[in-house]
Amino acid sequence: MAGMGGRMSVVIKSKINKLLDKAEDPSETLEYSYQKQMELLQNVKKGVADVVTSKKRLQMQQQKLEQQVVKLDTQARQALAQNREDLARTALERKQFAQTELQSLDQQVAELENQQAQLIDKEQKLRSKLEQFRTKKEVIKAQYSAAEAQVKISEAATGVGEEMADVGLAMQRAQDKTESMRARAGAMEELEAAGAFDDNLQLGSGGDDIDRQLHELTSQSVVDDDLAKLKAELGQGSGPEPGQLEAGAPESAPGEERPT
Amino acid sequence: MIVRIATEGQFHLPDEDAARLNELDNQTVEAVEAGDEDRFAQLFEEMLDLVRRDGRPVGDDELEESDVILPPPDTTFAEAAHEFTGEGLIPD
Repeated sequence: MAGMGGRMSVVIKSKINKLLDKAEDPSETLEYSYQKQMELLQNVKKGVADVVTSKKRLQMQQQKLEQQVVKLDTQARQALAQNREDLARTALERKQFAQTELQSLDQQVAELENQQAQLIDKEQKLRSKLEQFRTKKEVIKAQYSAAEAQVKISEAATGVGEEMADVGLAMQRAQDKTESMRARAGAMEELEAAGAFDDNLQLGSGGDDIDRQLHELTSQSVVDDDLAKLKAELGQGSGPEPGQLEAGAPESAPGEERPT
Repeated sequence: MIVRIATEGQFHLPDEDAARLNELDNQTVEAVEAGDEDRFAQLFEEMLDLVRRDGRPVGDDELEESDVILPPPDTTFAEAAHEFTGEGLIPD
C-alpha cells in the first residue's frame, strides 16, 4: 500500500471497487461471481463481434473509396482530353479527398484490430482466473477453518472481481469507440448517397474555419500538381488539339469506349 | 505492491517506486487542472512507463486485489479533466 494517495489512482480504484459487489458468504460470492462471469464472457463475445462488424463495414468503405479513386482519376484524364480543365480539377479534388478519407480509414481499421486482439486476450485471462478461483476455493476449504476459509475465499473473489470489473471497463471503452466510428461511417455513407461527396468540409471531424482553409490550400496545391502531371502525361502544353491525344496517351485507351 | 493499469493488466511493482508513482499521479492531476494537455500526456505516459518498466506482470493464477489502479492508457485529456478535477469524485 505504501501510502498511495494520488488522486487519479484513488478515483479509479474507487470506481472499480464500486463495480465489485462483495458478497459476505463465500459460497454466494462464488455463485455470484460465476454467474457474473458467464454474463460477462457473453458480453465480451458480443463486444468482439461488434468490433468485427464495424471493421468489416470500414473495410467495405475502403474498397469503395479505392474504386472511387481509380474512377475519378480516369474521369480527370477524360476531362482533360476534352480540354475541360474545370471538370478535371473537380475530379482531382474529389480524388484528393477520397485519398485523405482512405488514410483515416486505415488508421481506424488498425485501431479496431488492436481492440479486437485486446478483448480476446482479456477474455482468456478472465477465464483462466475464474478457473483458478474455483480450484483455489476447494483447496482453501480443505485447509482452513470455516472462518479463515471465508476470509481467504473473499480475498480471492475480490481478485477475480477486480479482473471482471476491468474487463467490463475495457468492453465499455471498446464499444464507445466502435460506436463513434460507426456513426462517422454512417454519416459518410449518407453523404455519398446524397452525392455530396465533393463537400469535404462536412465530413471532417469538426475542424474550424482555419482548419478548413488550410485544408483547402493543401488539397488545392495537391490538385494543381496532379493536374500538371496529367497534362504532362497527356502531352498537353497549351491549347492542344484533342485529336493528338490518342497517340500520346496509351493509358487512356479504355477511355475510348466512353459514351460520346 | 500490486498496480493495475486499467484495461491492460496487473503488475508487481517494487515498493520503492510507490513514492515516485504517487508524485507523478499528483503532478498529472495538477497538469489537468492547469489545462496543460501536453504536460498531462507526458506525465501520464511517464507513469505508465514506470509501471511497465519496473513491474512484473501478475500471473493468471494469482488472484490479488490491486493496491493502486491507474486509468486506461488511452484516457484522453478531456476524460481526465472530467474525472479527476474540479469538484472531483474524491476531494483532497
